[in-house]
Amino acid sequence: MSGLFSPRAWSKIWIYRGTFLLGLLNTLKTAVVALLIALALGIIFGLMATSNKKLLKAISRVYVEVIQNTPVLLQMCFLYYALAFSGHSPGIIVTGFLALGIYTGAYMAEVIRAGIESVPKGQFEAAESQGFGYAGQMFYIIIPQSIKVILPPMTNVIVNMIKNTSCLYIVGGADLLSLTYSFVTGENTGGSYAPAYIVCGAVFFLICFPLSSFASMWETSLKKREQRVFQNSTPKEA
Amino acid sequence: MDTLGGSLSMLQNPAIIRFLLQGVLFTLIISVAAVLFSIVIGTVLALMRNYCTSKTTRILKAVSVIYIEMFRNTPLLFWIFICVVFCPTPGFADRQMFGLSSVNNKLLFKAAVALILYTSGVIAEIVRGGLNSVAHGQIEAGQSQGFSMVQIMWFIVLPQTFRAIVPTLLSQVITTIKDSSFLANVAVIELMARTKQVLSAANRYNGLNSINVSDVFVLFGVAAAIYFVINFSISMTVRNMQKRRVAVKVKRPSVAAKDSQTGWACNG
Repeated sequence: MSGLFSPRAWSKIWIYRGTFLLGLLNTLKTAVVALLIALALGIIFGLMATSNKKLLKAISRVYVEVIQNTPVLLQMCFLYYALAFSGHSPGIIVTGFLALGIYTGAYMAEVIRAGIESVPKGQFEAAESQGFGYAGQMFYIIIPQSIKVILPPMTNVIVNMIKNTSCLYIVGGADLLSLTYSFVTGENTGGSYAPAYIVCGAVFFLICFPLSSFASMWETSLKKREQRVFQNSTPKEA
Repeated sequence: MDTLGGSLSMLQNPAIIRFLLQGVLFTLIISVAAVLFSIVIGTVLALMRNYCTSKTTRILKAVSVIYIEMFRNTPLLFWIFICVVFCPTPGFADRQMFGLSSVNNKLLFKAAVALILYTSGVIAEIVRGGLNSVAHGQIEAGQSQGFSMVQIMWFIVLPQTFRAIVPTLLSQVITTIKDSSFLANVAVIELMARTKQVLSAANRYNGLNSINVSDVFVLFGVAAAIYFVINFSISMTVRNMQKRRVAVKVKRPSVAAKDSQTGWACNG
């Protein structure tokens, strides 16, 4: 535990605080843009998966399965090297949010699909019989009912995505963890392992912990409510 | 088209194929070992978090809560970096084994420790979901039969818990196989790292003296296909299992309400 209590190591962290702030900024930038891409993809493919068209369902299925069953690191490397060797390298951060967005989009699609499918079929039929079009049906009837089912798992997906920004390390790294690593191994800055990692870990924890505990609290209360409602009636299929 | 031929010819090189397949083997061994160890640690943590609520044992609960939340809310790579620096290696890992040098084995051991630490936090939460799904009456029934708390856990609660969480644990195996690719960051010898190594030396093997886009496509394509086949077959197993459970539930509705509690824990 080199330098955990040495004031010199901690003061070095303070002197180079810009490095950590830059890393945090890059991580947040990647996470936010990736989140927007993931939401867009998730909504598109989630709606496709719940539509009646066989072809659209199949396309969405293939996307979700292929992306969810291969590691994000591999996708990121693939994207980065494929673009780099074909001569248009997009830069680390752009690769990061493209790869993370596509990866997280698959999870978003699954979450959104599950949310929409949690609404009983009669609701769709009732909406249709009242003359709602597809958009109106979704916007006024289905989304308001499914959003409470969608939000907790979606928050978990977002937490995972924030953690996954550390994947950027393998393509060169500009995010918080990579910069921390190059800080502790750097020629001029090296050595203060423990303080640097504590700072980096604390930052990640402070971002992720509120989100994940919010998600699990909401999930628990939702289940309790559901159990109360369905205690005596026949339970829904899982 | 020329370069594609060169890239494909790499796949006919038996040395490369053996190199990659060994990587697959290491990926599988590391993941399965990590999950098995994590199940043990995770179960202990989950029991501590759920049942150590009396005044004297509350400290154990606090330890478990801190452990679980700490590992769930920080990236795996973070723990890999830390373990590579700080984790001590016992003597048995510090020699030549599995056709690897002692340096590689030490690295493998450290990275595997990081993976186990990280995964056990996730599995603890899964086990806890299973524990919560066991009706409280079971514990009371055990107590009325004169079982001690340890016996209740071992003979009554844990068997029911594990039956409930088998599908979720299997999905966690998928996640762990994917997570094991993070070990490529510290050049441990699993599939992802080996694919990268082959790519960086592709100019020597494809007979063209240069690395081309087609090499990237072929090599990462093969790696992705391998990962996909392994993970997809596991996820199909999980899905069949869940379908059968739903079928059982429909027949016996009273079971469904409490079984549904374990349903949500799986995500990447």
